Amino acid sequence: MYKIPTLYGLIAEFDKPEQLIAACERVRENGYRCMDAYVPYPVKGLADALGFRKSRVPLVTLIGGILGCSGGYYLQYWCSAISYPINVGGRPLNSWPSFIPITFEMTILFASLFCVLGMLALNGLPRPHHPVFNAPRFALATRDRFFLCIEADDPKFDLRGTRLFLEGLHSHDVTEVLY
Amino acid sequence: MGLSPELKPGSPSRPPVLEPGYTFAGVTDKISSIVLRRKTSSGWILGFGIGFALLMILNMAIGYLLIKGVGIWGIDIPVGWGFAIVNFVWWIGIGHAGTLISAILLLLNQQWRTSINRFAEAMTLFAVACAGLFPLLHLGRPWYFYWLFPYPSTMGVWPQFRSPLVWDVFAVSTYGTVSLMFWFVGLIPDLATLRDRATSTIKKKVYGIFAMGWRGSARHWHRYETAYLLLAGLATPLVISVHTVVSFDFAVGIIPGWHSTIFPPYFVAGAIFSGFAMVLTLAIPLRAAYKLEDFITIRHLDNMARIMLATGLIVAYGYIMEMFTAWYSNDTYEIYLAWNRLHGPYSFLYYLLILCNILTPQLLWFKTIRTSPIPLFCIAIVVNIGMWLERFVIVVISLHRDFLPSSWGRYNGTIWDWATLFGSMGLFVALLFLFIRFLPMISIFEMRELVHTTQEEGHH
Repeated sequence: MYKIPTLYGLIAEFDKPEQLIAACERVRENGYRCMDAYVPYPVKGLADALGFRKSRVPLVTLIGGILGCSGGYYLQYWCSAISYPINVGGRPLNSWPSFIPITFEMTILFASLFCVLGMLALNGLPRPHHPVFNAPRFALATRDRFFLCIEADDPKFDLRGTRLFLEGLHSHDVTEVLY
Repeated sequence: MGLSPELKPGSPSRPPVLEPGYTFAGVTDKISSIVLRRKTSSGWILGFGIGFALLMILNMAIGYLLIKGVGIWGIDIPVGWGFAIVNFVWWIGIGHAGTLISAILLLLNQQWRTSINRFAEAMTLFAVACAGLFPLLHLGRPWYFYWLFPYPSTMGVWPQFRSPLVWDVFAVSTYGTVSLMFWFVGLIPDLATLRDRATSTIKKKVYGIFAMGWRGSARHWHRYETAYLLLAGLATPLVISVHTVVSFDFAVGIIPGWHSTIFPPYFVAGAIFSGFAMVLTLAIPLRAAYKLEDFITIRHLDNMARIMLATGLIVAYGYIMEMFTAWYSNDTYEIYLAWNRLHGPYSFLYYLLILCNILTPQLLWFKTIRTSPIPLFCIAIVVNIGMWLERFVIVVISLHRDFLPSSWGRYNGTIWDWATLFGSMGLFVALLFLFIRFLPMISIFEMRELVHTTQEEGHH
């Protein structure tokens, strides 16, 4: 019978970003893969320590830029040359130099929209509820504390062993995170 | 780079970007308590009250305009552009500093931007909101503003994409949208901080909704930083393009004094000049009122004054080149325009402009002036006025006497013109006061980052 999971993982608290990075490296060396760190500001080197290098945000932004650029130009071309052609002072209907400013603005607009919305979508936001918020001291993750959570989904996860392992990494307040 | 060694934080010769002794918790608590713990001060109520009163004047002016039409303004033939366009260009110029500080200084890795970028971005948004009002009101029938956008209408026609006025619609609306996104993306982690520090349920809920469940995950930060840098990279050419397009509104026309290739760079420099003047105008009272001298240090004021001096000199070059080109072109109308600026009915405004924008900023060569808040504040106000005069000179002096003396005329703003101008300042002030009451005016997470880097440099 399917059992409803009640344990999300184990979370450990650190006082200094350097301790957290060292801990992340140790955790990875020990073969854990399902984990995440929660920090009050972007700590340099943390994503590397967690083995998270690739981000698809630049690709999404590029796609937005290409769509904006081609769509912006085509809109002007179609309106001015196909849908309602007007001869202005004998200029060609497809007078491309005058279409550049709007093409440029549309490129920037769509690249930025894709960039921001893509970043949020890839991050799975908005998501107002998440199990880690249940950790008692987690509110400090947006102030001055650094957290590392090993999730129960990890094949190597074992409540006692993982707890002992986390406690040995200069952390304190290792607690269970419940759903 | 000759500048880089002395711009490094912690170098002994210059004041630091952050006074020493702050911790992650210290900066977080100090900035978030302004929003969450501090009682609404009487100074805030007074300031907001003034802004709100002016905003009501704006409402009245707009209401009367909608009833009567643009005839209540001083515009007529030959001066059909008047205050509305002067104010539009003035506000949109002010709006340039925010993105410049946020995006360009971020890409140039200038750490001193950290404590001023948030409210400079907010200022940009509010200035763009004020700017956007004027072309709409100037349309005559503002309720048809959506005709400016290409939508499949039953009339079957499209906007004229060869016209700079249509480019302007796209440039300004893109700028508004991108500035809003940039500002909001920067706010997300700070909204999460406020959510976690708030004590009342209502505040927790409201900040929580806007924080969208930000939990500071390392993966999220990684994508966030990439997105923030990309946005900065996109906003940098955008900010340059916006005032360029605004200058095309003039430069593509054939009116003497407008039809000039110097307009785009000279407009962009002028925009940065006025934008930094406005940031100083706001930063100096704010840091005193909220005791933020440790975060917005003398270093910031000094650096902003330097940028003002540099861009002011570019603007001065623009004025000189306008005069030179008029003489060098040997064109009757251009030469007459130059003469008209110096000796015509509005010449006192031109001399006032030179005094405000060229002569006064020369005081910024002195370090004592750059590092003393009160003189700097006065210079910033003078530059704000000067930049408004510059747009008045460009719009009105060129239009009121163009090619045919038989169609010359005079222009003066009516009481409704002034009411709309001061009313738009009310809108700006009211929005700004709401912002500093309900949102962190300094980016908290970037200050934590700054604490980290300054500590590291202290160790080495």
